[in-house]
Amino acid sequence: MSGEPVLERVTVGGGVALRASGVWTAQYAHVIERMIDTAEKGERGQVAVLIDVSKVAKLDTFGAWLIERLRRGLVEGGSDSRIAGLSDDYSSLVDEVRRVASVAVTPAPRFSIVGMAENVGRSVVDIADMMVALAGMTGALVVAFGNVLRRPATFRLTSMVHHVEQVGWRAVPIIMLITFLIGCIIAQQGLFHFRQFGADVFVVDMLGVLVLREIGVLIVAIMVAGRSGSAYTAELGSMKMREEIDALRTMGFDPVEVLILPRILALLVALPCLAFIGAMSALYGGGMVAWLYGGVDPDAFLSRLRESISIHHFTVGMIKAPFMALVIGVVASVEGLLVEGSAESLGQHTTASVVKSIFFVIVMDGVFAIFFASIGI
Amino acid sequence: MADDAIIRVRDVSVQFGSRRVLDGLHLDVGRGEILGFVGASGAGKSVLLRTIIGLVPRLGGTVEVLGTDMGTADAATRRGVERRWGVLFQHGALFSSLSVRQNIQFPLREYLNVSPRLLDEITLAKLAMVGLKPDVAGRFPSELSGGMIKRVALARALALEPEIVFLDEPTSGLDPIGAGDFDELVRTLQRTLGLTVFMVTHDLDSLHTACDRIAVLGDGKVIADGTMSDMLASQHPWLQAYFHGPRARALAS
Ligand SMILES: Nc1ncnc2c1ncn2[C@@H]1O[C@H](COP(=O)(O)OP(=O)(O)OP(=O)(O)O)[C@@H](O)[C@H]1O
Ligand SMILES: [Mg+2]
Repeated sequence: MSGEPVLERVTVGGGVALRASGVWTAQYAHVIERMIDTAEKGERGQVAVLIDVSKVAKLDTFGAWLIERLRRGLVEGGSDSRIAGLSDDYSSLVDEVRRVASVAVTPAPRFSIVGMAENVGRSVVDIADMMVALAGMTGALVVAFGNVLRRPATFRLTSMVHHVEQVGWRAVPIIMLITFLIGCIIAQQGLFHFRQFGADVFVVDMLGVLVLREIGVLIVAIMVAGRSGSAYTAELGSMKMREEIDALRTMGFDPVEVLILPRILALLVALPCLAFIGAMSALYGGGMVAWLYGGVDPDAFLSRLRESISIHHFTVGMIKAPFMALVIGVVASVEGLLVEGSAESLGQHTTASVVKSIFFVIVMDGVFAIFFASIGI
Repeated sequence: MADDAIIRVRDVSVQFGSRRVLDGLHLDVGRGEILGFVGASGAGKSVLLRTIIGLVPRLGGTVEVLGTDMGTADAATRRGVERRWGVLFQHGALFSSLSVRQNIQFPLREYLNVSPRLLDEITLAKLAMVGLKPDVAGRFPSELSGGMIKRVALARALALEPEIVFLDEPTSGLDPIGAGDFDELVRTLQRTLGLTVFMVTHDLDSLHTACDRIAVLGDGKVIADGTMSDMLASQHPWLQAYFHGPRARALAS
């Protein structure tokens, strides 16, 4: 190999020739590109320029294209330009690149105020679309559920049991751990601050009401959204990407009935159970802290708890659980079915699924709080 | 030819669970050669290809590519070798979140320091070589047909001007005209760039027109190895069925 590429200008007879030599390959593309740009400018106005490539030691697509580009540039500059000295082997390569049309380099899209306004508008429309999609999915679920009720044999019990195991049973340890810690923290903070007023014992009231009514179910719902909602979106999304959902449809199955209904029913079963477990675990954690840190012994804790909370607090918490399960499931399914061909889209929709379901869970919790307050429980 | 081997596979065995797919396989591919690799569906052709490029762990044996033992070489050396080959996977394996243009430019940007203009021009040149129009450059893989995905994947495999290309069923999913153009392209590249091609294929036309040598995989080993005429003359029952079956006869007539 004779090393670096060279482009020399020589005069032969009356005319000008550019003699290429050396290795004209991808490795040296940046050097060659600069050389031909200079040559192109230098030869502007020449009547005839011969490009002699007989001394080129090695040529690849990059080299062949750059030679062709030089020729085109010279022709555009008004010279009569030819490539000479091509060996048979290389001429077919140059022929290949000769078919390539010149490109107009497309400028990258620029930032603009109008573009920004457009994005805001699009986001608003997207929100409306999302609402429609959520309503549509809920409707489709009702229809699928109706079909299953009419023909119970078509219900996919195995699938549902599998999903109950995935989203319910397997989530128990982490849910217990997290809610236990939250219970501990609430009790500790309550003791720390209430002690200043000598109101230690009200910690138990606060813990009981907060955990049973709000925190237990809310924390569990948020965890389930992050843990299982994202999994649903990713599963459905990758099935959508690989045309598995289309395949189901062409075989006469309703994807909502086959894939989505069992998943959502599984969530409807699992989330209330988890919320119950979570609430108990948080009370346990709070009780431990009250005993070890606040000196409220377990008997006193329990009797205080019995006085301060009623069954309503517990019911309010549990009533919310299935609604939250439904919201998480529907959002996850809608996002899953919106996934398009790329891995990036799968990631975006999985993120969106978690963010939106947490948002809806919290909004719904607020709505329930207003509702229960106004009916007085 | 064994002295000039650019790929040297010695005694390679691969096992998934308890099922042995490759069993003491030997294979040499010479520099500048186009090797067609055939075998029954599920025989382990893709597995061999993936083993050579280091994606499937070996139970035993050695793989040498471009004079480097891929089993013992350090990471930097291996990367150096990997830069010098291009791979077309059976299912394309395009990056789904990048457009066709970005897919082809991905290795170029990484390894070469060239202007955006040249990048775009080379992209179009590669697209034209594999028979695609410039307007597909802006599309995403999910918007392409199966055959187009194959072609873009080939363009990406060829992007860095590799010395070896590994092709897993390059012509499946192409129309006969496209497949014919492809055979011709491989020939051109071999002639001009001295490209070595390791091609898994079921396409009898490709075997006829593009391949210098054919190797046959059976029972985890190379059971036959030679030119097309050797294959046609072989008495092995599977080769008889493969090269003298109804499809092959239709082709010969
Ligand atoms: N990751 C894997 N795990 C387990 N088994 C595998 C794996 N990859 C391949 N196999 C098995 O190895 C065998 C060979 O597969 P391979 O993909 O190499 O077939 P092939 O010869 O390329 O077939 P085709 O012509 O259909 O592409 C098959 O039986 C396959 O099931
Ligand atoms: Mg295969």
